Amino acid sequence: MDDLRDIWVYLSASPLLHLTLTLAAFLIGTLVYKKSGSNSLANPVFLAVALLVALLLVTGTSYQDYFDGAQFVHFLLGPATVALAVPLYRQFERIRRSAVAIAVSLLTGSLTAILSALTIGYLLDGSRDALASLAAKSVTAPVAMGISERLGGLPSLTAVLVIVTGIFGAMVGPLVLTLIGIRDPAARGLGLGTASHGIGTARAFQETEIAGAFSGLAMGLNALATAILLPLIWRLVT
Amino acid sequence: MLAYLTLIFSCQLAGELITHFLGLPVPGPVVGMVLLFAFLVLRGSVPADLAKVADTLLAHLSLLFVPAGVGVMLHFRLIASEALPIGAALIVSTILTIAVTATIMAWFGRRGDAEKG
Repeated sequence: MDDLRDIWVYLSASPLLHLTLTLAAFLIGTLVYKKSGSNSLANPVFLAVALLVALLLVTGTSYQDYFDGAQFVHFLLGPATVALAVPLYRQFERIRRSAVAIAVSLLTGSLTAILSALTIGYLLDGSRDALASLAAKSVTAPVAMGISERLGGLPSLTAVLVIVTGIFGAMVGPLVLTLIGIRDPAARGLGLGTASHGIGTARAFQETEIAGAFSGLAMGLNALATAILLPLIWRLVT
Repeated sequence: MLAYLTLIFSCQLAGELITHFLGLPVPGPVVGMVLLFAFLVLRGSVPADLAKVADTLLAHLSLLFVPAGVGVMLHFRLIASEALPIGAALIVSTILTIAVTATIMAWFGRRGDAEKG
C-alpha cells in the first residue's frame, strides 16, 4: 500500500499524469456518449469533468496541481478558435446571403441571454457577485472573464458558469431545438453558438458542418455584442 | 502541416498583440480567427494542409474545455449557497436563448424560401 502511495506521489509531481488522466477521462466520456447512441445528454465534456473532479477529490489533489498537467490541453483552445476561420470560410457564401437574418437573430439572442439571466437571478435574490458573474455566461470564457471583471464579478466563478452553461446548452439544446421544430442547420447552429459558445459549437459540428460554422460565427459575434451591450445594461440596472 | 500550424499560431499571436495594444474588448484568438479568415479570402481557397490541421483541432474541440471545467471544484461552496438563483437563471436563460435565436433565424429562412417561391 505504501509502495502504491510512493508511486502516486512520484507520478503526481510530473505534468504527464494529469495530462494522461485528462485524455483518458475524455476518451471514457466519448465512449459512453457513443454507447448511448450519441445522446446529447451523455455529453463527453460533462462526463470527463465529473470523473476528474471525483478522482481529484478522492486523491486529495488540488486544482492547481491538476492544471499544471492539463494546461497543455487548455492551451490549444486559442489555436482551435483561430482554426474556426476554415469552416467559416467554407460557408462564407451562405453566411453572406443571410447576413441580415444573422444580425437580427444574434442581437435578439444576445439580449435574451443577458436580460433573462439578470432578471431571474435578481428575482431569486442572487448576490451581486453571482449576478455579475452570471450575466456573461453565454460568452466564450476569456471574453466573459474580462467582462465580468469590469462589472465587479468574480472572473474564476464566471469561467466556471460559462463552462457549465456551455455543457448544459450542448446537452439540452439539440432536444429543445427538435422539440420546437427547428430543423434548419444554420438556425440550429446559430442558437447553439449564441447560448453556449465553444461547447455548443463542438456539439453543433457533430450535427453538420453548416451548423458548426454558424455556431462558431455566433460564438464570435456574441462575444463582441455582449462586450459592448452588457456594460451599458449593467450601468442602467445598478 | 507544420507551416500551417505556424500560421495558426502566428494569427493568434498577432491577435493577442492587436487586442492588447488597441485595448479591444475581444480576446486575441477571436481577432486571430478574423486574420486567418482574411488570409483565406485573399487566397480564395483553403490549402489542403491547413484544412487538415484545422479539422483535426476542431474535431477535438470539446476535449479542450475539460481542464477549465474541472475548475468547478474551486467554487462548489459559493454555487451551493446560491444554487437556486444561479441554477434557475442558467437553465431558463440558456434554453430561452437557444430557442429565441434559432426561431428568429429559422423564420427568416422560411420567409426567404417563400419569396423564392
